Amino acid sequence: MEAPAGQRMTGWWWSRVPPQQRAAFLVMLVFFLAAPAVIYPVFLMKVMCFALFACAFNLLLGYVGLLSFGHAMFLGTAGYAAAHAAKVWGLTPELAILAGAAASCALGLVSGFIAIRRQGIYFAMITLALAQMVYFFCVQVPFTHGEDGIQAVPRGRLFGILDLSDVKAMYATVFVIFFACFLLIYRIIHSPFGQVLKAIRENEARATSLGYDVDRYKLLAFVLSATLSGVAGATNALVFQLAALNAVYWTMSGEVVLMTLVGGLGTIFGPVVGALVVLGMENYLAQLGAWVTIVQGAIFVICVLTFRRGVIGELGRFLGKPL
Amino acid sequence: MSEIFGIPTQALFGQLMIGLINGSFYALLSLGLAVIFGLLNIINFTHGAQYMMGAFCAWFLLNKLGLNYWWALILSPIIVGATGVVIERLMLRWLYKLDHLYGLLLTFGLALIIQGLFRQEFGSTGLPYAMPKALEGGQNLGFMYLPIYRAWVVVFSLAVCVATWFMIEKTKLGSYLRAATENPQLVQAFGINVPRMITITYGFGVGLAALAGVMAAPIYSVNPLMGEHLIIVVFAVVVIGGMGSIMGSIVTGFALGLVEGLTKVFYPEASNTVIFIVMAIVLMIRPSGLFGTQK
Repeated sequence: MEAPAGQRMTGWWWSRVPPQQRAAFLVMLVFFLAAPAVIYPVFLMKVMCFALFACAFNLLLGYVGLLSFGHAMFLGTAGYAAAHAAKVWGLTPELAILAGAAASCALGLVSGFIAIRRQGIYFAMITLALAQMVYFFCVQVPFTHGEDGIQAVPRGRLFGILDLSDVKAMYATVFVIFFACFLLIYRIIHSPFGQVLKAIRENEARATSLGYDVDRYKLLAFVLSATLSGVAGATNALVFQLAALNAVYWTMSGEVVLMTLVGGLGTIFGPVVGALVVLGMENYLAQLGAWVTIVQGAIFVICVLTFRRGVIGELGRFLGKPL
Repeated sequence: MSEIFGIPTQALFGQLMIGLINGSFYALLSLGLAVIFGLLNIINFTHGAQYMMGAFCAWFLLNKLGLNYWWALILSPIIVGATGVVIERLMLRWLYKLDHLYGLLLTFGLALIIQGLFRQEFGSTGLPYAMPKALEGGQNLGFMYLPIYRAWVVVFSLAVCVATWFMIEKTKLGSYLRAATENPQLVQAFGINVPRMITITYGFGVGLAALAGVMAAPIYSVNPLMGEHLIIVVFAVVVIGGMGSIMGSIVTGFALGLVEGLTKVFYPEASNTVIFIVMAIVLMIRPSGLFGTQK
């Protein structure tokens, strides 16, 4: 895995990316550029939003080893904040998305501060409970409009110029946001900060003994993951012009775990593939009601029992190189 | 009518009673979770679904086989416990050597499957379950009206909890269990069949959930989604109590039920969230939980 030392620290970042990851990145880029010609663009925008959500989640589970079972709270809260900002305050879309991300960031700071006090299995239960609390909060406060959600959110004009009610403009915006955040996550993972996160995942006690303030690193990773999930949630709310309760519900937290697991925990491209697979499956089974849940459950069971590396993890193993 | 803090005593004690009933379910469920976690190192996310299966099992026994509540109280935990044994034998046993998180994910998937199948078959509206004849009606205690069935649920759950505590802490079988929780390899070396003990423990924990489900059936309707929210609250209860102590789970369960009941009287808006708020506060002050020991 280690590149020769002289090569590692010099040059433009692209030259430091291993060739198989460059190829995978180009495949992904070309896919999202070309796919709108054959696949319904709104579905692809949803895929990009959830791929970003899953990548942000994977930053926490795959690289710090913290399983959050409450990530829906960031997706949903940011969606509500962005929808409220765009509809009631009349902000432009970029500011609405920033408002959503800020709301998630704040929520991530508070919930992260509580949750990182325990590890492992308790961390999962605490985040799940906190998310359920946020769900009940969203059910009760007036500005979310309860069961109806915030409907008919205006997409507005990006920077006051570009009209996003045009599908192509909206697609381009989501495309740019997704790839910018994806590269940011790539950068975080490969920074010295990211290396410390991996050290904590591998052996927390040793990281502590080496003098790293483990709790601060964990909290920062949690807040980053929450904020990026918030960007995904806010963008998703603008795409569908709707912020609703289902985005805050625990099933959504389960869904993002499933996407990451199917694609491959701790892989760079896995969550994107996972989001595509899971959303595609849901789209296909949408008419069958409760069967969606049953199939999701079955995929969970199969993945955990026989396919723990996920699609991209297995592919990377086959190639002998991390993807 | 008499009042306390401006609240009619009837309403106050009525809510406290409901709190105690919910507390009984929290106690039975968190007890099962704690016993399973102790030996299997797995958080059983399927627990809520198994509680629901217990209620459905009682409904089937009554409406298809004509077996009444008392039979259900015995048979339902055995039947659902047996399905738990199958799950443990077929799936969970492959995960013991892996990270704890995989157990959580597997049982989460199973919960989705079970809840989905029941919802597909029975919809999301509940099925009524008739109150057993012997426990109908109520008693006027002067300060409140006490429905007999509710009193029965509280007393019987408490008895089951104490019996479980006694079995684990005071009997020989329980001492094997506690020893295997500490060090399974060593216990195995003494010639005790630890894998079988693990299977039985999982079945027992699941049976406790099913028993809670049977008791819940006459109070709440039998509904595929009845365990969905409950399991998350029970997780919070487990975090508050810490899973280290059996008695801790029982006490925390009942106490939080009461706290929830009181909140319903004094500030109903927070009744859904109060347990989560308590959890956050406890984590701030005592991260390992009220009765837990930090590992």
